[in-house]
Amino acid sequence: MNFRALGIVYRKELRDLLRDRRTIISMVVGPIIIMPLLSAGIGTLMVHQIHKAMTETSQAMIIGGDDSPKTLDALHKLDNFEFQPSSPDYQQMISEKKIGAVVEIPPGFDAAIQNGTPATVKIYDYQGEIKSETAADGLRNFFQDLRDSTVHERLRQHNLPLDLIKPFDVETSNVAPPEKVSGNILGSIIAYMILMTCLGASIYPGMDLTAGEKERGTMETLLCAPVPRICLALGKCLVVLTVSLTTMGLMFVSGGITLATALGKGGQFARESGLAMSLNLHSLAAVFVVMMPMALLFASLVVTIGLFARSMKEAQSYIQPLMILMIMPMMVSMMPGLELDYGLALVPVVNVSLLSKEILSGTYHWNYIAVIFGSSCVYAAAALGLAVAMFKRESVIFRA
Amino acid sequence: MVEVQELTKVFKDKKRGVVRAADKVSFRCQPGQVYGLLGVNGAGKTTTLRILAAILQPTSGTARIAGHDLATEPEKVRASVGFLSTATALYDRLTAREFVEYFGRLNGLESGPLRERVDSLFAMLDMNEFRDRRCGKLSTGMKQKVSIARALVHNPPVMIFDEPTLGLDVLTARTIVQFIRSCREQGKAVIFSSHVMSEVEKLCDVIAIIHDGRILAEGTLPQLREYTKLSDLEDVFVKVVEGRP
Repeated sequence: MNFRALGIVYRKELRDLLRDRRTIISMVVGPIIIMPLLSAGIGTLMVHQIHKAMTETSQAMIIGGDDSPKTLDALHKLDNFEFQPSSPDYQQMISEKKIGAVVEIPPGFDAAIQNGTPATVKIYDYQGEIKSETAADGLRNFFQDLRDSTVHERLRQHNLPLDLIKPFDVETSNVAPPEKVSGNILGSIIAYMILMTCLGASIYPGMDLTAGEKERGTMETLLCAPVPRICLALGKCLVVLTVSLTTMGLMFVSGGITLATALGKGGQFARESGLAMSLNLHSLAAVFVVMMPMALLFASLVVTIGLFARSMKEAQSYIQPLMILMIMPMMVSMMPGLELDYGLALVPVVNVSLLSKEILSGTYHWNYIAVIFGSSCVYAAAALGLAVAMFKRESVIFRA
Repeated sequence: MVEVQELTKVFKDKKRGVVRAADKVSFRCQPGQVYGLLGVNGAGKTTTLRILAAILQPTSGTARIAGHDLATEPEKVRASVGFLSTATALYDRLTAREFVEYFGRLNGLESGPLRERVDSLFAMLDMNEFRDRRCGKLSTGMKQKVSIARALVHNPPVMIFDEPTLGLDVLTARTIVQFIRSCREQGKAVIFSSHVMSEVEKLCDVIAIIHDGRILAEGTLPQLREYTKLSDLEDVFVKVVEGRP
């Protein structure tokens, strides 16, 4: 290995790439400006929308209940509810979001309560629509309270204790610290975002240094140099790795600051969502280290694909299936109930996705860390070997 | 200086099947001599020259370039050759000086000698006016000069030109032709390929007519005329390629 030549190639490729405005945009502007703005913006908007839906007056409708004035009167006294006049097309009105929910009171409801006859109240809502669910929850709570008070009244009338219908209590106690609970939720999202950034940051430089070089006609110029092909291939892969790690590092810094602002002491998001997460420098650093072989794997794969392509356009069409192929294992961290085991620890991308989530929630399984880091290094080395092999193949380099 | 022995390159093509791009090509080129490969597009000129520049590997046969074996010392061969073609483009985002220096470093030149060499080349080729301008902003003529400086930076004893004037205007093409002559005067072995008869006629000491990957005829221009009993090089070429006397 000619390390002097490798260094020369690396420095030149990096300088060449950094002079390209598109590299700077994807490397710096994306992670430092767009990502925090997006995450903070979306977070704030979500909190705002949830808050608005929970506090604003719910639009609802009552069907029936003409012979149950007591219940109707109690419903009309509910806070934050405005009842629209009864209409037969209430289901359509819910679908069109003109009203949030509808309660259908059966005939003789008040009398049924009085006589102890069973009766069914129906509530109609539009699941997945927050305003509708809020309205339905309000109505459901009203009738649960009414049911409880009816039961209590009946027990009282028969001189029976309230414990009769509630012989024992069940209490669930959470032993996980609050930062681990929220870390588990946020960790899965952050792990996905980091992996996506890691792959995304490799794509443009990886294609530019390979397919772009072929397209611009500089590949043949480069091949004239008395340098082993392995140095040229490694130099390119290392430059892509550098850009990817820099982008990831910048995203860690900017994302950390954004999260600290959003979730830190007194942060509005933290207060309103009830989440609290202590941003731990150690866990971020550990995730960064775990991601390094993964970044090399992605860089080598993109370089391999870029070398095979004849032009940037062709490379883009080859990269798209890779992206789709990678998104699924990256999303594994967000799947509920899927836990790390030694089998999954050997599955590339899936292993790092799950491990990052664990680390970000403050759990360090050292055995898994060792297995995953080791296996990721092996995969990265294999991908790097593939990139070098592709660079040595005339049918690939001079593919016409 | 350049000895080529039965160089053959076979590759598979989806449309054409098995292609013999170079078929037992043999020739010698001495220092201070311009050896011309004359052939139509697809005759095998580029493949042969890419093999001689150690960019491609031959399927069989061998060559010795400046004393180095093509098969066993490809890097030494590349260090002994300056390769120039219209396919050898420049890095648009590097300046002319950075570009030439980059290839100087890859050829093993240290900082001091490299600076001296670059200064001398830029002065010789009248490039100082645009030395710190990015290659992407240069005119075609300026780009050709940068390519020449890149091919010469390590002062190679062998120069290979693959259709270097293709697509260039008359003035830029003239610069290239003058440069090839100066290489001959400096005692370099020059291998030059073209399908332009007038260029070959003007420049080459020895002409080889190549077709379908094979050298069909070789000699000085008078020898080829004598061989075909024709005076015009174009007629000579057509007779050799079609008539195969």
